Amino acid sequence: MSTTPSMTPAATSAELYRFKPMNVGRIVVWSLFAIALLVAPLVFTSSLAMTMLSQIGYLIIICLSYNILLGQGGMLSFGHAVYTGLGSFIAVHAMNMASDGRLPVPLVLIPVVAGLAGAFFAVLFGYVTTKKSGTTFAMITLGLGELVAAMALMFPGFFGGEGGVTTNRVYGKFLWWDFGPQIQVYYLIAVYCFVCTALMFAFTGTPLGRILNAVRDNPERVEFIGYNTQRVRYFAFIIAGFFAGIGGGLAAINFEIVNAADSLSTIRSGGYLLFTFLGGATLFFGPIIGAALLVFASILLSELSKAWLLYLGLVFLFMVMFAPGGIASLIMMNVRVAAFGKFKRLWGLYGGLLVTGALMVVGLAAIVEMIYHIQLNAALGPKVHFFGGELDTSSTATWVGAVALAVVGGALMEMVRRRFVRVWGRAQEEIEAEIKRKEMTA
Amino acid sequence: MEFFLISLLNGISYGLLLFMLSSGLTLIFSMMGVLNFAHASFYMLGAYFAYAVSNVVGFWPALIVAPLLVGLLGAAFERYSLRRVHKFGHVPELLVTFGLSYLILELVQLVWGRSTVPYGLPEQLQGPLFTIYGTQFPRSRSFIMLVAVLMLISVWLLLTRTRVGLVIQAALKHPEMVEALGHNVPRVFMLVFGGGAALAGLAGVIGGNTYVTEPAMAASVGSIIFVVVVVGGMGSLGGAFLASLLIGVIQTFAVAMDQSAATGLQALGITVTEQTFGYELLKLTISQVAPILPYLFLVLILIFRPRGLLGTRED
Repeated sequence: MSTTPSMTPAATSAELYRFKPMNVGRIVVWSLFAIALLVAPLVFTSSLAMTMLSQIGYLIIICLSYNILLGQGGMLSFGHAVYTGLGSFIAVHAMNMASDGRLPVPLVLIPVVAGLAGAFFAVLFGYVTTKKSGTTFAMITLGLGELVAAMALMFPGFFGGEGGVTTNRVYGKFLWWDFGPQIQVYYLIAVYCFVCTALMFAFTGTPLGRILNAVRDNPERVEFIGYNTQRVRYFAFIIAGFFAGIGGGLAAINFEIVNAADSLSTIRSGGYLLFTFLGGATLFFGPIIGAALLVFASILLSELSKAWLLYLGLVFLFMVMFAPGGIASLIMMNVRVAAFGKFKRLWGLYGGLLVTGALMVVGLAAIVEMIYHIQLNAALGPKVHFFGGELDTSSTATWVGAVALAVVGGALMEMVRRRFVRVWGRAQEEIEAEIKRKEMTA
Repeated sequence: MEFFLISLLNGISYGLLLFMLSSGLTLIFSMMGVLNFAHASFYMLGAYFAYAVSNVVGFWPALIVAPLLVGLLGAAFERYSLRRVHKFGHVPELLVTFGLSYLILELVQLVWGRSTVPYGLPEQLQGPLFTIYGTQFPRSRSFIMLVAVLMLISVWLLLTRTRVGLVIQAALKHPEMVEALGHNVPRVFMLVFGGGAALAGLAGVIGGNTYVTEPAMAASVGSIIFVVVVVGGMGSLGGAFLASLLIGVIQTFAVAMDQSAATGLQALGITVTEQTFGYELLKLTISQVAPILPYLFLVLILIFRPRGLLGTRED
């Protein structure tokens, strides 16, 4: 208690509010981000990599916009696909009108049009949803999401019914580019991705962004200092809707088709929620990891295994239970341990966790894959492809082997895990003590 | 008249089924503040368990066994997963049940496949119970009504007339005080969660063979019961009852109606053609709008009466 800032107010406040025109760390990080966006398509040149990079680009915007709600505002929305999806539809119609010559908007500005559409619908629906917070907010967004998804199928004139609406992005030139080739679309997405990420990061530092965090943590107190929490949530919701719309517009440019049954569905909203959380909602850069994971999971993992949603559900469940800060917070915790030079003693344990965990996962995955095989394509014979090898679902030996692998791996992993928890806890205690000591001497 | 009576009866039986689901959800919510996203998944599990059990020992034992199994699973989930997350707050609690709903859906598809299973009615429930104006009313729907009413009465008696019920009610308002008096409040929570899941399972047992048993059944009622809980007023059992019946009846009536705004205007002597402003909206029939009516109702309630029909809490 004696180390509160009140002891040395002048020093601490000066330290907190010191204006740093040359924030070297920040410049380095953002330059690296820009370089990564620029160089990525030159390193990974295959057409699969191109599609994946483009999708990651606009999903970064969408997941970051979702995190304005979830991470910064504590608002658990189950209807984010409404704003991305409606953004996509407006973008497609705007592109169609522009190619007919009825609307003078170049392709590079279409995402902004979609963003404004997203913001417009957020103004409209957000008025109802942001009346409440917490659990009720979650239910209302779910209801509104269902409402919009069901209504879209009632108006085939605008939403194109089952088939969706198609468009053509090549209708004019910007400088020398007509955005026909995928690489040009990628760079359009990359520019938007960088600018939107920067804008959303800047938003976290604005008075509105700061008070939004306060509304998340202690709404009662915010009302006491004279803010209307509902209005703060409403404004944040509109901003999130704007960026979600930009993401949706870029998706429409990328695919040149939108389908109401898919892009407005609550399943899509659930996906944004899942991966934003997996990436890490407590830190700004978490959703960027989440967006990359979303693309890897939905393109690569779904090719690899039919049971990928099962694995995803399990990973999500364990993540909520044991690491509610997501992957980003796991990284930051390890960075902190490394910064205090205590990472040496964890190497062996991480190796142990990895090996035993891999044993258990392989065993469990083998069981799951075999059951799925029997359920879905038993007609193709008893063999399943599994990590390059083959499993025979008709022999008892494979089943016993898989179960044994899972059980032994699980038991060993539990032993290593207990040891890890002890060592980790001790390291954290030492770090806390060190921080306290530094504060005392400072 | 015939249409009206039959639709009313169908609506009430559907509404009572909704109430069996939303009562468990409301109980869990008002006790623990947890919105159980996986509640409809427990409903689905009930149907699938009943299908598996009734293949072995018949429907009537399954009516008892399946809800108990679902209740046990619910209690185990509370004990080993939800309780761990409790300290992080309400949003992670909701997220963990959201993850569970994914998991149950995938597991059901893993074990029972992706298409519908042939979970049929037992002989005693097949055929009509009575005939009004030439239309038959099936026994299975009356059975749903019977079970729902019996369940409502027994839950009410349990909560108000027994010692366990009084402890539950007390733990709802003042958990610390109840704990100080020597009751194991976490165990009470586990019981409530398991009980709520068992009620959902029971609804699944009788709903699964009256309607269809398929992996999509959880999603089809899932969002409706959330609407019911919000419309009725968060945490209000009476409100949930009223809202379930209301939504059940509205939806059943709407599905059977072929009128649209355009036919209505034409009946008033106004000609409506494809050139009329807003023709796309006017030509929609009520049956086409039926799927969104509950959600429209939700939005209207939130604008005009934010605490729900019988709710007391404002947050």
